[in-house]
Amino acid sequence: MTVQELPGAGASHRSTTPPAWRPRTDAAPLLPDPEPYRVLGTEAADRLDPELMRRCYAELVRGRRYNAQATALTKQGRLAVYPSTVGQEACEIAAAMVLEDQDWLFPSYRDTLAAVARGLDPVQALTLLRGDWHTGYDPREHRIAPLSTPLATQLPHAVGLAHAARLRGDDVVALAMVGDGGTSEGDFHEALNFAAVWQAPVVFLVQNNGFAISVPLAKQTAAPTLAHKAVGYGMPGRLVDGNDIAAMHEVLTEAVRRARAGGGPTLIEAVTYRMEAHTNADDATRYRGDAEVEAWKAHDPIDLLERELTARGIIDEAAVKAARDDAEVMAAALREGMNADPVVDPMDLFAHVYAEQTDRLREQAAMLRAELEAEDQA
Amino acid sequence: MAQALTRAMRDAMAEDPTVHVMGEDVGTLGGVFRITDGLAKEFGEERCTDTPLAEAGILGAAVGMAMYGLRPVVEMQFDAFAYPAFEQLISHVAKMRNRTRGAMPLPITIRVPYGGGIGGVEHHCDSSEAYYVATPGLTVVTPATVEDAYGLLRASIASDDPVVFLEPKRLYWSKADWRPEAPAAVPGIGKALVRRTGTSATLITYGPSLPVCLEAAEAAREEGWDLEVVDLRSLVPFDEDTVVESVRRTGRAVVVHEANGFGGPGAEIAARITERCFHHLEAPVLRVTGFDIPYPPPMLEKHHLPGVDRILDTVARLQWEN
Ligand SMILES: Cc1ncc(C[n+]2csc(CCOP(=O)(O)OP(=O)(O)O)c2C)c(N)n1
Repeated sequence: MTVQELPGAGASHRSTTPPAWRPRTDAAPLLPDPEPYRVLGTEAADRLDPELMRRCYAELVRGRRYNAQATALTKQGRLAVYPSTVGQEACEIAAAMVLEDQDWLFPSYRDTLAAVARGLDPVQALTLLRGDWHTGYDPREHRIAPLSTPLATQLPHAVGLAHAARLRGDDVVALAMVGDGGTSEGDFHEALNFAAVWQAPVVFLVQNNGFAISVPLAKQTAAPTLAHKAVGYGMPGRLVDGNDIAAMHEVLTEAVRRARAGGGPTLIEAVTYRMEAHTNADDATRYRGDAEVEAWKAHDPIDLLERELTARGIIDEAAVKAARDDAEVMAAALREGMNADPVVDPMDLFAHVYAEQTDRLREQAAMLRAELEAEDQA
Repeated sequence: MAQALTRAMRDAMAEDPTVHVMGEDVGTLGGVFRITDGLAKEFGEERCTDTPLAEAGILGAAVGMAMYGLRPVVEMQFDAFAYPAFEQLISHVAKMRNRTRGAMPLPITIRVPYGGGIGGVEHHCDSSEAYYVATPGLTVVTPATVEDAYGLLRASIASDDPVVFLEPKRLYWSKADWRPEAPAAVPGIGKALVRRTGTSATLITYGPSLPVCLEAAEAAREEGWDLEVVDLRSLVPFDEDTVVESVRRTGRAVVVHEANGFGGPGAEIAARITERCFHHLEAPVLRVTGFDIPYPPPMLEKHHLPGVDRILDTVARLQWEN
């Protein structure tokens, strides 16, 4: 049977497409450039804002020191686990820097540094990893959602929050962070699609740090880049060098500006590298070689910026020293805060399950209280 | 019942501008069961929203909306299509209050049409309550009467905690004298009700099985049995006191529900009764439940669902003569 013979496929129908099925032609060009966008070491660096770059530099140095301190704390048993962002500091810092006070950050479990850069007390930021409570801060107070452990599940939250804020007429942008592995999860796709359909003021920041625990990007996706994934949802995708804080700042600022102006969501892929193991429980030598790690060392985010700013006379030795001293002060405070033994109240187990205590939980709470009293007497 | 549910959402939306209804086909169509009929027209598509077809996305977006102070009422189209949203439900919705030490409660109502008996094909008839009941942090409610459909849904939307609101599909079309202009006040979430008093034994049930139990209680009169029927109305919190009081009075108990028996809510209820009524019991606590099988095809469902005869046979096993 040819097409013409099919029922309902008469000649008069053959050449027309029903109007509702036409593809949208009004969409802006969505395909990302194939090369990650860079500023440092390129002509674009001529227009760097010295004041902003000095701040970026100080923050990067602090961020590196924070990573080192937190990692040391795992070795001392003060933290159960710490997913390091050494090498990824430019992404973390830039994400926090581009947001206004009223905006929201939706971090993944790896993004403590972004939360700290947004102003969260470092000790509070680490309660999840320290183990005294899941979320050590009031998310509304800081406009930082709880660090999300299930991958990509925080992305639809960011969309819902941004959507709700817009419905209420509030000027709020949500920035949601996810790893390269997280982009394979269903929630990632559902969140991007919702955001695009609703034109929600959201920025999705993927930190492509090469690995999802041990699995390299090539086994995660067959797409040319993760930024390409934006196209199918109808939002722009941007590919950017995640170790170049000037480029990160620029691209994120532009995406936040677009979202704020009602232009809808953007997907940004930051190409970076996880210099340390996934966590202290991971042995990275099983899945990657030293040569690869060494090659990325030459592309360190702090070195990149330091070289550029020194060459341009934007920072000098004194500024470098000042940044390091400031970072030491932060590290000392963090050490001190973490060395104090957290006080935990066992009765808290029952305190925040429901708005109103159920009989069942009251009964169980009474049982625990009796056990604790018996222990005290013993 | 369908009308009462619609009315409950309508009244809640009229009273509180933060109430938003969302889900698949809930807007123009009014939902596949027409439970959201007219809401989009009255309140606009921003407050009764047709979402993309993605359950995790719907519930996840509702989490964010609730974080920002809205009260989302989410419709899951059918019981078995709520499963893609379980990750959001269990990892976030149920735990957010707890994770944030009370700083961020999530007032979300998740409406799930559930249960069988309507001749639906597979994936449209699951009794999924055991999954919800097993998740701390969720409130789980299921109405069996038209008054409760209205009253419990209003209470669920008003609750500061997430509520899984299970709507017995086969009762959607149940009629009753119900005055939408002046809905009767009903006891809130967490209170069970004795729907029929009796002395011989207590039938404990909820949702779609309540009418079946009431019918069984009528039929049991011929055998000389006077059965009490307790409607739980809320599975979490579970009103143990009402159940225990009734069973201590009658000395015998049968739990009846459509969901599979093994690991079903009836197992928990039977255990609780045994713990608290052991010396009052004249017989072991028995259960009448669906078989431990995936939901059967429509032509077989009548063999699976607990019906009057199976309830009466079980009641007979409660050893009257001793
Ligand atoms: C839904 C889910 N599945 C599995 C895990 C276990 N897990 C934790 S981190 C991780 C890898 C994540 O990789 P990626 O998204 O690239 O983020 P990265 O760790 O590199 O920051 C996995 C599989 C999880 N947290 N959540």
